Amino acid sequence: MRTSYSIIFSITKTHLLTRIKQSAIAALGVTFGIGTFIILISFMTGLNGLLDGLVLNRTPHIQLYNEISPSQKQPVQLADNFTGDFNIIHSIKPKNNLIRIHNAIPIINKLKADSRILGITPQVSAKVSYLAGSIELNGMVSGINVKEEMRLFNFDDYVVKGSALDLLRNNKGIILGAGAADKLSLKVGDKIQVGTITGGIIPLKIVGIFQTGLAEVDNVQSYVNLKMAQQLLGQGNNYISNIHIKLHDMSLAAGMAKTISKEYNVSALDIIAANAQFETGTSIRNLITYAVSITLLIVAGFGIYNILNMLIYEKMKDIAILKATGFSGEDVRRIFISQAMIIGFTGGVLGLIIGYLVSVMISHVPMEFEALPTIKTYPVNFDPMFYIIGIIFALISTFLAGYLPSRKAAKIDPVEIIRGQ
Amino acid sequence: MKILEAKNINKYFENPVSFHVLKDISFSIDEGEFVSIMGKSGCGKSTLLYILSTMDTQYQGDLFFAEEKMSGKNSKELAHIRNAHIGFVFQFHYLLPEFTVLENVMLPAKKLDLLNHTKIKKEALGKLEMLGVADQAFKRASRISGGQKQRVSIARALINNPKIIMGDEPTGNLDSKNADNVFKIFKEISDLNKLSLLIVTHDLDFAKKNRSHHRNGRWTNNITIKLTLW
Ligand SMILES: Nc1ncnc2c1ncn2[C@@H]1O[C@H](COP(=O)(O)OP(=O)(O)OP(=O)(O)O)[C@@H](O)[C@H]1O
Ligand SMILES: [Mg+2]
Repeated sequence: MRTSYSIIFSITKTHLLTRIKQSAIAALGVTFGIGTFIILISFMTGLNGLLDGLVLNRTPHIQLYNEISPSQKQPVQLADNFTGDFNIIHSIKPKNNLIRIHNAIPIINKLKADSRILGITPQVSAKVSYLAGSIELNGMVSGINVKEEMRLFNFDDYVVKGSALDLLRNNKGIILGAGAADKLSLKVGDKIQVGTITGGIIPLKIVGIFQTGLAEVDNVQSYVNLKMAQQLLGQGNNYISNIHIKLHDMSLAAGMAKTISKEYNVSALDIIAANAQFETGTSIRNLITYAVSITLLIVAGFGIYNILNMLIYEKMKDIAILKATGFSGEDVRRIFISQAMIIGFTGGVLGLIIGYLVSVMISHVPMEFEALPTIKTYPVNFDPMFYIIGIIFALISTFLAGYLPSRKAAKIDPVEIIRGQ
Repeated sequence: MKILEAKNINKYFENPVSFHVLKDISFSIDEGEFVSIMGKSGCGKSTLLYILSTMDTQYQGDLFFAEEKMSGKNSKELAHIRNAHIGFVFQFHYLLPEFTVLENVMLPAKKLDLLNHTKIKKEALGKLEMLGVADQAFKRASRISGGQKQRVSIARALINNPKIIMGDEPTGNLDSKNADNVFKIFKEISDLNKLSLLIVTHDLDFAKKNRSHHRNGRWTNNITIKLTLW
């Protein structure tokens, strides 16, 4: 026969309320641990999201391109006379073939039918030099499908002056990287000469300035319409140098990259391989956050352990009376575990509330960096999962802290206490 | 029916030296009987009572409660038997100091969980009334006098209408008027509900006062166990 919880709870409540100060201090320990956890994790993952977003939002999940590399099979190996011989070839140079993707248009059309793919957009990259007055700067022009780039890779987020849509309207327009624009002292509306590898020079009008926050991009990159890029290279409509793919589920990228690469005989780079350093950075930051929070909770747990131990020591006589009048060891254990859990729960919930409020405050602190045009305030991640983890943390740590003392209480021999008087 | 029966109970204390406190104690109590345990201070009266009340399980021999063997039962079963059938009054009146007098009396009944809260409260107030401490019901137990505490703990012992009351000098702190009242109450309940009593006492007088006489008295070791007829 199990004792009803109401009586266990009424004893628990009396114990806690008559020692409200100690109970409050124990609960505040948990509040502190959980609150810090929520603030830290929200801010850290917010920051992670921001940093990852800088790169990952813009990065295709799979990029297809044609890598220039020496042929695996050299002519000597094809010649019958030399089969079986030990051939040594020096100074292999890759053939200067075009970096276009063969059959790009059919590949795109085929991949569009794949339901795992959210979108797919072609690009044409060309090495160019920017000319403005007497200044010359090496750079890279990418011809893009503006609408698709906006839809899939938030292209317009990075256009800080002018507008991405102006590029659509103006075939002779160019959107220049902020760093390059700076070096060339150019602004929206100015003209810029673009020199191609083949020696031609084409005048373009700057319709926008973009800024990613990554200097190595902003200093060299610029965007034009797909057609214009093909024109810069002196190539036709079917010249495509890169295909960018965005998936519904990023985690499929690695696997799909491999199959696509094999099937269409192109090089395929997935986002995880391309950004390995970001992944490790993120996981290390998360690790630190969890380590700090767990440390705080362990400290809070020791506080609870201590206070319960003290309480049980003070309550020896009460425990003896309860047992003498028919409460079992299990009842006594439940009384003290309940106390730990109530301390943990109230402290934890308070910690969540305080953590949330502080996070809201942080998320309203203005943060303005030249390099981060899309961010106005500190990034905070309000993922509800953190709050669930937080309260589970609080309950588990208080349960562990309460477990040993309450087991001790359950084992108290009433005769020894009563006789001790 | 035999409410309580002890068969060859032996008890040793091992610390600091092996000490044989209880030697081969055998006796029984019938329903409605009043048995007193007497003896010099330190002869082992309290020790025997702890064993008979099922709280102490470290002994040799057999203990039967209502003809059911207690020796070997687990602590949870024993706790339930204490809760439902044994009313215990300690030598030093033990109440939970942070609870009110009323809550102290109600706790064992709430644990037993046979009646609802209102009925338990009514019962508890009734018992307190009987013992003349109803006016103290809503005070904290730590704020009443020694004699009042003792009476409250008697009220608590009676709350579940036990089959037997075990008392370790339950009237030790009371003036003779109150002590008489307590025994009068015990007797009434005993007559009405066949309550048995097992009382440790120094006080040979009270039996005389109640015009009782001893029967079946026997010495075991230094402990006198006397069956007293009301
Ligand atoms: N935990 C213990 N360890 C060793 N000896 C003990 C222990 N508890 C009691 N004793 C001894 O056992 C004997 C019996 O003690 P008990 O408390 O039963 O006496 P009592 O008859 O109730 O005395 P009183 O009338 O003074 O209450 C005493 O001599 C005491 O010293
Ligand atoms: Mg004693």
